[in-house]
Amino acid sequence: MKSLEELKAIRDRMQGQLGIRNESNDKTRIVVGMATCGIASGARPVLTTLSDAVLSKGLKNVSVVQTGCIGLCQYEPIVEVFEPGKEKVTYVKMTPEKALDIIDQHIIRGQIVSEYTITAIQG
Amino acid sequence: MYRSHVLVCGGTGCTSSGSPKIIDLLKDEVKKAGLKDEVAVVQTGCHGLCALGPIVVVYPEATFYSLVKPEDVPEIVSEHLLKGRIVNRLVYKENDQDEIIKSINETDFYKKQYRIALRNCGVINPENIDEYIAMNGYEALGKVLTEYTPDQVIQIILDSGLRGRGGGGFPTGLKWKLAKGNDADQKYVCCNADEGDPGAFMDRSVLEGDPHVVLEAMAIAGYAIGASQGYIYVRAEYPIAVQRLKLAIDQAREYGLLGKNIFNSGFDFDIDLRLGAGAFVCGEETALMTSIEGNRGEPRPRPPFPAQKGLFEKPTILNNVETYANIPQIILNGAEWFASMGTEKSKGTKVFALGGKIQNTGLVEIPMGTTLREVVEEIGGGIPGGKKFKAAQTGGPSGGCIPAEHFDIPIDYDNLISIGSMMGSGGLIVMDEDNCMVDIAKFFLQFTVDESCGKCTPCRIGTKRLYELLDKITKGNGTLEDLDRLEQLCYYIKENALCGLGQTAPNPVLSTLRYFKDEYIAHVTDKKCPAGVCKALLSYTIDPDKCKGCTLCARICPNSAIQGKVKEAHVIDQSKCIKCGACMEKCRFGAISKR
Repeated sequence: MKSLEELKAIRDRMQGQLGIRNESNDKTRIVVGMATCGIASGARPVLTTLSDAVLSKGLKNVSVVQTGCIGLCQYEPIVEVFEPGKEKVTYVKMTPEKALDIIDQHIIRGQIVSEYTITAIQG
Repeated sequence: MYRSHVLVCGGTGCTSSGSPKIIDLLKDEVKKAGLKDEVAVVQTGCHGLCALGPIVVVYPEATFYSLVKPEDVPEIVSEHLLKGRIVNRLVYKENDQDEIIKSINETDFYKKQYRIALRNCGVINPENIDEYIAMNGYEALGKVLTEYTPDQVIQIILDSGLRGRGGGGFPTGLKWKLAKGNDADQKYVCCNADEGDPGAFMDRSVLEGDPHVVLEAMAIAGYAIGASQGYIYVRAEYPIAVQRLKLAIDQAREYGLLGKNIFNSGFDFDIDLRLGAGAFVCGEETALMTSIEGNRGEPRPRPPFPAQKGLFEKPTILNNVETYANIPQIILNGAEWFASMGTEKSKGTKVFALGGKIQNTGLVEIPMGTTLREVVEEIGGGIPGGKKFKAAQTGGPSGGCIPAEHFDIPIDYDNLISIGSMMGSGGLIVMDEDNCMVDIAKFFLQFTVDESCGKCTPCRIGTKRLYELLDKITKGNGTLEDLDRLEQLCYYIKENALCGLGQTAPNPVLSTLRYFKDEYIAHVTDKKCPAGVCKALLSYTIDPDKCKGCTLCARICPNSAIQGKVKEAHVIDQSKCIKCGACMEKCRFGAISKR
């Protein structure tokens, strides 16, 4: 190790991965429905896409977690976004591609992707 | 990239309750479920709740599972990791009425703690240097080498108010300053990891859970005093700690964080391990250095102090593991940050190993000034079985007892000394009404007699005589003159022993005499042990009114001391009774009592 930059490079690479072990209450939580209905309609790739994107884009204070069935099985895969101090947003019939849109538009830029939300789909 | 991390405690407590098996099974099941690329299984250091091991923590939810058995593993994988359904029956609950608590930091056990020395224990994989670096590891060393002069480093440590965590509480910065002031061609930095107090495992947990923090701090100390070589003196009885330290030293050398020209600053520093053979006296600083030199571990007179002539007669500093574990955080966060915690003369936090009659046996780190009551009742979860708190023993064989009347005393160095105990390295053994204080004093003296190195007469012969007097008292043969003799001998040993071990060996006797003299007198004049511990002073009797003559006790007695016919009251033959208590335990009618 000859420079602080080398140390910093290792730290930055690892911090993204260890950020998952940080617990704070002001985090944005992205919750993926992973009950049988969710898994059957393809929630696993959605979940992995989301967590990979959070890590690779270095998003701090965002955690991707699973949950069970919320009762709207026909709309699975469902992804809900809980931002501190805001109302939750429910996205339905998700795919890995749509999940990336949510990361780019909602999580990073703060704009809800209204066409994927449950209100848009239910009409 | 993993979406979930499963942390399994690999501290000594959890390892002995089977965590390696859990890790293997988790890895198998995760693989079987096709989650190998999504879920990482990580072995960490101690989480502190050793009584409830093996402990498994799942992130990002921070779900805290306790008492996990091998047969629980498939359920954790298929329910929690695959479907996101937390396995409620395994989640740690503080008591049965509680609603389930899902996050660790919400529990009473963790809520009042503040972790500096233990900050990475249970959070990172101690066998992976990259994880340590991710938690700002080696940044303090980098900062010191590129921004500060050695004098500035020493000033920061002085300003922080950090005092030695190994027992005496000597200001760490002052120790470094003295060693820096002595010119020599070679100086040494030593780490005392020869933790030997019965019931203490603070340093062990730091070494097992976060070995790099000690290496980093020793390098900082080396830079501050001008030393290029460090030694860690660690007990051979700590195999996991030794193995992880070796690995950590190899990784640090590979990264160039130990060795020549660290961070291109021209500063060289390397560390070697020295294994102790388990002699308690080798935790004493001069004996420890004598042992590193390759000689028999015996203390030598001071002065000269180690800062003048220590290891190999060169200026040396010796700090304890926990002391070192605070250093990088002080450098990174500043002296004011550290000094803002604690009491006037004791800054920062202290790690305690809770043991004895307490619900949450384990490891806790609290800000200085926390009261003993908070530690025992809130963090420790109180005393099992609704028994009454009698005393807490701190400082091991060198310390003393804190009785119930001082239950609300804020814990710091000076308060503990003022009531006749000491901080010590951090063992905290809780005792309830069933503990006999004379017996406790005898236990610690037995330990000192075994561990006295024999070099000086006051310790070698004095502690033996102390032990014999205590033994005589617990057998009911003591006199009131013996109590005076006991006290006199204590002061004689304190004044005349060569090293810290001997000088502090009488403390358990003195402090129990001070607070529990009535118990000593009960042993001597009434020939009774109020707590019902000392066997020679006990007798078991059967109440003829309550005895139904079921014959169970007579059948269970290992020495056939109980006589009686069926459906008639039984009698214990006191000359045959060996006072094992088996009859009392088995009697269904509560007819047998001990006095």
